[in-house]
Amino acid sequence: MNSSSTTVSSGKGRGSRLTRVSVPILGLFWLVVTTLPFIFVVMTSLKSRQETFTSPVWELPKKLNFENYIAVLHGGFWVYLRNSVFVLVLSIVLILLISSMAAYAFARLRFRLNKPLFGLVVAGMIVPIHITLIPIYLLTKNIGLYDTPFALIGPYVATALPISIFILTEFMRQIPKELEEAAKLDGCGAFGVFWKVFLPLSGPGLSTVAIYNGIGLWNEFIFAYLLTSSPANRTLPLAIWDFQGQYTANIPAILSVVTLTSLPLIIAYAFGQERIVKGMMAGALKG
Amino acid sequence: MTFEDAQLTAVPHAERFASLKAAMPIVVFLVPAVLFLVVFLLYPLISSFQLSLLDWNGLGTGERFVGLDNWVRLAQDKLFWGALRNNLALAFFSVLFQIPIALLLAVVLDEASKGSRILKILYFLPLLMSSVALGVVFKNIYDPNFGPINAFLSAVHLDALVHDWLGDPRLALGSVIVVICWQNIPFYMVLFLAGLSSFPSELGEAARLDGASESTIFWRIKLPFLQGTVRTAITLAIVGSMRYFDLIFIMTDGGPEGSSELMATYMFRTVFSSFQLGYGSTVASAMFLIVILVAAITMRLTRRYETEV
Repeated sequence: MNSSSTTVSSGKGRGSRLTRVSVPILGLFWLVVTTLPFIFVVMTSLKSRQETFTSPVWELPKKLNFENYIAVLHGGFWVYLRNSVFVLVLSIVLILLISSMAAYAFARLRFRLNKPLFGLVVAGMIVPIHITLIPIYLLTKNIGLYDTPFALIGPYVATALPISIFILTEFMRQIPKELEEAAKLDGCGAFGVFWKVFLPLSGPGLSTVAIYNGIGLWNEFIFAYLLTSSPANRTLPLAIWDFQGQYTANIPAILSVVTLTSLPLIIAYAFGQERIVKGMMAGALKG
Repeated sequence: MTFEDAQLTAVPHAERFASLKAAMPIVVFLVPAVLFLVVFLLYPLISSFQLSLLDWNGLGTGERFVGLDNWVRLAQDKLFWGALRNNLALAFFSVLFQIPIALLLAVVLDEASKGSRILKILYFLPLLMSSVALGVVFKNIYDPNFGPINAFLSAVHLDALVHDWLGDPRLALGSVIVVICWQNIPFYMVLFLAGLSSFPSELGEAARLDGASESTIFWRIKLPFLQGTVRTAITLAIVGSMRYFDLIFIMTDGGPEGSSELMATYMFRTVFSSFQLGYGSTVASAMFLIVILVAAITMRLTRRYETEV
């Protein structure tokens, strides 16, 4: 997506004088608008609490003050991180497995309800999750999963399935029929074809689904807020929420929690911008 | 696909029921997905409408069937209609600000060959942030006493513009909308960039040779070329606004005095603060119906626009 846009645009460099002047100005202006809040967060998180009250916000920290970070890292941060990783890994594995199985059925198996059922699943994309909150809250309490990381798995997987099945079905429809036939001649049944042919060939589709859902679930707030209550069972976005109550009026401490919780995704982004951007746009570009 | 369908209907009955063994893989492949979707999406949807007919605080067995009483109450509930109005305002300003700015930035990045990659990478950062992180950051930025906005305004002697951005009922909703736009603009920008990347450059070259100015090329050639993408963006922005929750809940919690309340935050408060589980479900169900209705209207209207152009 991007590589083609840069090669194409290289031929358009010569515009009128107005574009030559306005393009860099607008580009830099939005750069400032985007990055200022981030600079504010990192700078303030390195100040002492006293400094935030006495010196202007745009003044650099007098000395780099890491005590807030140390306090946060000693104050339960790792538990939130562990819960986030656990919930994310389990959810993504289930999403990939379940949606690729369903996608294979919709893309390749013949049955009477194929089309209507697929339509129904895809329609699930427009259900606002907020309508499911009350029943899922009651259900979670009734089955005894309330305030455990497992409470999040069901809602996370279910809300991710419609779009994931949609993306993977589109993807699997492109896989050449000949490969399937060849596997069948080798004696593979439907399960063999799925496991040996479709799953390995769906790599790019699976990675898109994993990135799209992974980022959404990593940052998910409302289910996590509603279905868990104790810090021992909560995920990273809730760390900010909980610390906010704990560190009232200690702005640097709160902003160092924000920095620490945002860091994992920003590090991942540093290593794979193209794939992450492409993955996050999957919903809009395909739907 | 159509070919397969033709085959599908052509299969005679006897053959279709020839062996249950053939149906086995279909069932096995679909059961996990269907199970999750039924338990965590379809059942809650139906259950929400059922609960909307109850008067219940959510605790114990005190529920009472009240028929459509909750729906009658909803129709007269000024707070709910106020929340819906705020949702519509959010949709309106999202489309008004996010799409033109995103379009402008996309054109800018598409024009600037050098350094546009690093700009695109940095522009995208807000989308990686969780809503809690952003909400907490901007609460501090808007802080009337210690926030950088008011500090800056005082420093340049514009004290008349110093406000309690989130605490003033006239400003709270607008202040949060600014943050929502700030976060979402790069999303639409990337969407438009993807659209522009398939723009045939000969088209622009030809127009330029004919003496067309850059702005003519944009308005007459590029914008019509992107109309499908713009339509998608408008639909996403409107539907997203109707079901919006996160930053309002985190930054203002619908306040002050309900001035920034949205349907979703109102539902949440009704259930989990006032413990009116039945009525909260009515609000949730109404919100669902409104979202579907608005989505249908938006798609119909944007499609009409397409045929006119």
